Amino acid sequence: LVFTEEDKYGLYSNLLFKYFLAEGIVCGHELFVASAKEHPDNILKELPAPLLDDTHGEKLGDEAAAVKSEDFQDSMKIAWRYQNLPKIEASPTTYTKFGHYYDVSKKMPSELLQSIKWHSFYLHEELSSQPKMKACNMNSAYMRLLQSLQRIISQGGFDGTDPQKKPKNILRIGIQSLGSLLWGDDICCSETPEDAHSLTKFLYVLRGLLRKSLSACIITVPAHLIQNKAIMERVTNLSDMVVGLESFIGSERETNPLYKDYHGLVHVHQIPRLNSLICDVSDTKDLAFRLKRKLFTIERLHLPPDLSDGVSRASKQELAGSAKLLSSGCGAMAIGKKHLDF
Amino acid sequence: QGKFTLLRDTRTDGSFLVHHFLSFYLRAGCKVCFVALLQSFSHYNIVAQKLGVNLTAAKERGQLVFLEGLKSCLDLLFGEEEEQPGQPSPLQFLSESPFDLRALFDFVRVSLSATDSDSWKGPVLLVDDLTVLLSLGATPVAVLDFIHYCRVHVCSQLKGNIVVLVHSNEDLEDEENELVVNSLCHHSDLILWAEGLATGFCKDVHGQMKIIKRLSLQQVGEQDLVQVYQYKIQERNVTFFARGLSAAVL
Repeated sequence: LVFTEEDKYGLYSNLLFKYFLAEGIVCGHELFVASAKEHPDNILKELPAPLLDDTHGEKLGDEAAAVKSEDFQDSMKIAWRYQNLPKIEASPTTYTKFGHYYDVSKKMPSELLQSIKWHSFYLHEELSSQPKMKACNMNSAYMRLLQSLQRIISQGGFDGTDPQKKPKNILRIGIQSLGSLLWGDDICCSETPEDAHSLTKFLYVLRGLLRKSLSACIITVPAHLIQNKAIMERVTNLSDMVVGLESFIGSERETNPLYKDYHGLVHVHQIPRLNSLICDVSDTKDLAFRLKRKLFTIERLHLPPDLSDGVSRASKQELAGSAKLLSSGCGAMAIGKKHLDF
Repeated sequence: QGKFTLLRDTRTDGSFLVHHFLSFYLRAGCKVCFVALLQSFSHYNIVAQKLGVNLTAAKERGQLVFLEGLKSCLDLLFGEEEEQPGQPSPLQFLSESPFDLRALFDFVRVSLSATDSDSWKGPVLLVDDLTVLLSLGATPVAVLDFIHYCRVHVCSQLKGNIVVLVHSNEDLEDEENELVVNSLCHHSDLILWAEGLATGFCKDVHGQMKIIKRLSLQQVGEQDLVQVYQYKIQERNVTFFARGLSAAVL
């Protein structure tokens, strides 16, 4: 089941989602893909192809795998992204050892796809079997998804219950457009939904499943459709990492000269604070993304240099105004945003 | 003795306070019943080790009773049919009525009973975090009832302490949440309120802490004492300082 959280049109969140899955394939993890919108087979066919560097391609893979297995020993993350946003393939200069790069214009070769084991959950194809879970007032679609997940986790030996299972691997779970109408949940439709707790209950149980097993999960949620702010807060509370994607398509920011190099903004609302008192907070919170022909990058947002001589006072003020809006919106410390103050 | 402390956070994560109280009470030799709804045991264990306390050892010698909410929930929903009769899951309300947190209270009552008072100094109930119960479908009244019963049992009868963490954010129109939080505020003896800075994110000052000592509850005519500090969280420690006097500024 694939859930995509889209910024509005779901373009970029879909991309991010695919990156997550593609990374799983390249690292040899198992995949579980769930969706109510597109058939998972189609999604998997559309994954971007990895850019394999000849000089240190293999070394890259080994190191990436090593780093990942350390990370995931007993910590699992629910990366919940709403709106489009590319994943953290940020600055290509440093940190090249973590993760892989992908070429968005090419598709993942099918041999790579065949090399790993993957499971899919397409809501409309699932038989309405009697769930073995005890009833708990949750949306039946969610219940079925949870049940399927739990079954895969215990059968695949991801939760360590069966010591005879083969060497531990990681299960990457991707769930697209959770909370949307396609799942039978009405929180996206009205401000006072009838069943306000299904999603939060689902997330709680999912969190439990993730904590108990070697898995990582990305969920996309059409947050712009959810009108009830309380639910968003509760969902944030139940997630480890929350990232929002805001694309400029169709909004007034598209033509704003501040943003001409970028396609959208990344809002990092929460980062995981696991196994430690502190969390790894980066210096800046202003991130933007852009989709070039081949690469999807997230970068620190910086203003383009103000080179024009004959810019009228009015437009400069406008820029200053939007810069302030940006800072307050992201709640950021304005590093590198030494824009003129009017 | 017999105090109810409320930990409240707004726009930031107040769980460092939970870790502090957990290691504080364990080191003091109290018997602790920890209802951990949001994180796994290993998370608390690892942080507690950094603070100098071993949770596994505490559990083994009976000083710590740990309810891992996430695990309980999974056991309840995916567990086998044959449960031990007479030992219902503490999170029973998930599959039964959301109006009744009695099973959870029974768990607390059994964990902190009068017979322990010989070996440990005073019982303590620690909850992280209470507002998750609302996300799981419990009604605000049920949550308040649960706390009330706990207070009667732990604070009045056993003269122990209770420390509860809640999340709140007044801008978000979460009425159920605000109802629970406000009600608890009125009944608390001490409120520790961690807030994110109003001016936004800052690297050196992670937030602001308001300490409210509810003296008005003890004596008529007394005013509550409010103190405000700012803090920065580090690997093993949290430093507090007066507003505006962070180490980065001085």
